[in-house]
Amino acid sequence: MTTLELSPGPGAGRRHRALVAQGRMELRLVLRNGEQLLLTIVIPVALLLLFAKAPVTDVPKPRVDFLMPGVLGLAVMSTAFTGQAIGTGFERRYGVLRRLSTTPLSRAGLLGAKTTAVLIVETLQAGVLCAIGAALGWSPSGNPAVVIGLLVLATACFSTLGLLMAGTLRAEATLAGANLLYLVQLALGGVAFPLSDFSTGVRHLLELLPLGALTAGLRAELHGGGVPLHDWVTLAVWTGAGLFAATRWFRWD
Amino acid sequence: MNSLTRRYSPDAGITDVSFEAPAGAVTALLGRNGAGKTTTVEICCGLRRADSGDARVLGLDPARDARTLRPKLGVMPQAGGSGASGVYPSARVEEVLALYAAMYAQPLAVEDLLEILDLQRVRRRAWRRLSGGEQQRVSLALALIGRPSVAFLDEPSAGLDVHARQTTWELVRQLRTAGVAIILTTHDLAEASVLADHVVIIDEGRVVAAGSPSDLTKDANTRGLRFDATAGLPLESLDASLPDGATAQEVRPGHYIVGPRVDPDVVAAVTAWCAQHGVMADNLTTSGRSLEDVFLSLTAPESG
Repeated sequence: MTTLELSPGPGAGRRHRALVAQGRMELRLVLRNGEQLLLTIVIPVALLLLFAKAPVTDVPKPRVDFLMPGVLGLAVMSTAFTGQAIGTGFERRYGVLRRLSTTPLSRAGLLGAKTTAVLIVETLQAGVLCAIGAALGWSPSGNPAVVIGLLVLATACFSTLGLLMAGTLRAEATLAGANLLYLVQLALGGVAFPLSDFSTGVRHLLELLPLGALTAGLRAELHGGGVPLHDWVTLAVWTGAGLFAATRWFRWD
Repeated sequence: MNSLTRRYSPDAGITDVSFEAPAGAVTALLGRNGAGKTTTVEICCGLRRADSGDARVLGLDPARDARTLRPKLGVMPQAGGSGASGVYPSARVEEVLALYAAMYAQPLAVEDLLEILDLQRVRRRAWRRLSGGEQQRVSLALALIGRPSVAFLDEPSAGLDVHARQTTWELVRQLRTAGVAIILTTHDLAEASVLADHVVIIDEGRVVAAGSPSDLTKDANTRGLRFDATAGLPLESLDASLPDGATAQEVRPGHYIVGPRVDPDVVAAVTAWCAQHGVMADNLTTSGRSLEDVFLSLTAPESG
């Protein structure tokens, strides 16, 4: 039997090395997960193609200019909220988080790695969707920096809410709840048809949902009108509330 | 550990648990399911806080000094049936090992661990596709990869075949020789007998015995004649045939101890009684009690 050098040589590795390794693992797991790819890539692309080409809903023309902000928002939500909540919920159930908490990897390191993986997936999603949108004749205007800023804020918002759900509910409940919220926000978040179709009271309420605020803000910016302040505020308030609750109630086991 | 107490309910948790686990030694925690072993280990690892008492690992408080302590610990959680294996189900063996190696300053080489634990064949296989024994070996590798000063191994040989078990035991011995403090939780009393330098028996959340295996089994009063036979022998009849002062006990179904002393008269009486009643006494021995006998006599009857 080969002999290992088992004499104690403990110590934490370099922080960035652990962060990169953890981020790479998170990314691998997302890209290897068929259900997650369906959620993050296939459904947004299918919705874009379907609603852009088929007059299923009555939306302002050109249809693709209306649909792209909604589909981009949906893609962000699917990765940062739905995928993250389900993935983290099952990691918690399988004891992965608990075991990682006995290693030198800090909570901040784990969250940083997860965030990095989410941002990389979102970049891939945006690349695919923008390419398809361009092929369909999408002609956006607006400030790219503002769009990216809004998407990053939305990512923080959805991530904290996803982690809150994953860290407080059973994995099965998280699976059901995250999918339900995905469907509800898909239907009511201004993705495929305008919120102006609803009565004023309902519309104001729906604009207070994270996806409603994101799609409204993106649509306004990409149509050259600038993001309304209340959309920034809505997303910021959800982010703050989610962060507060997740910090307080998230359980690692 | 000094007077650790952690109660979940009046019937669950640990009370006033104290023990030491020195460097370069194997300390085995023994107890029935739910006795409090895992709670004790979780407090030591910083995964749970004690209600009262003082836990010190390498002189550090596991909860307060977690950041300093964690790089020095190697933890192998119990596999169990809950599915809480602690490893990403779809991650490959070599990926998980590389991930954990990246967290430590001077990790063991992944290739060496794969070779020693006979995992090369499955190195590209996802965790969820491994057999129970292979998962156990990967889990052990993850606990050792950071070259810890203290290793918590929860049932490290559960589900392993004979060869893998021997390899695991050899690794534990090497860890001990290297100066690592090993806290071994096990239901396998043979494993504890073979590996442990110090045994702590916990029952219903309290330490009921502690000492080296030889200390726990050498007590003259615990010497007896032991044999296996059909369960439910009429002990009153057997007692009546024994010399004065000797009595028989069925410590678990089909396992009998006659004591407290053993002499030729006791042996003769028992064998004569067995012959007279057509009882085949297997594994008849007059040696001191085994660790298993000590464990069975100290822990309460099975109640869950």
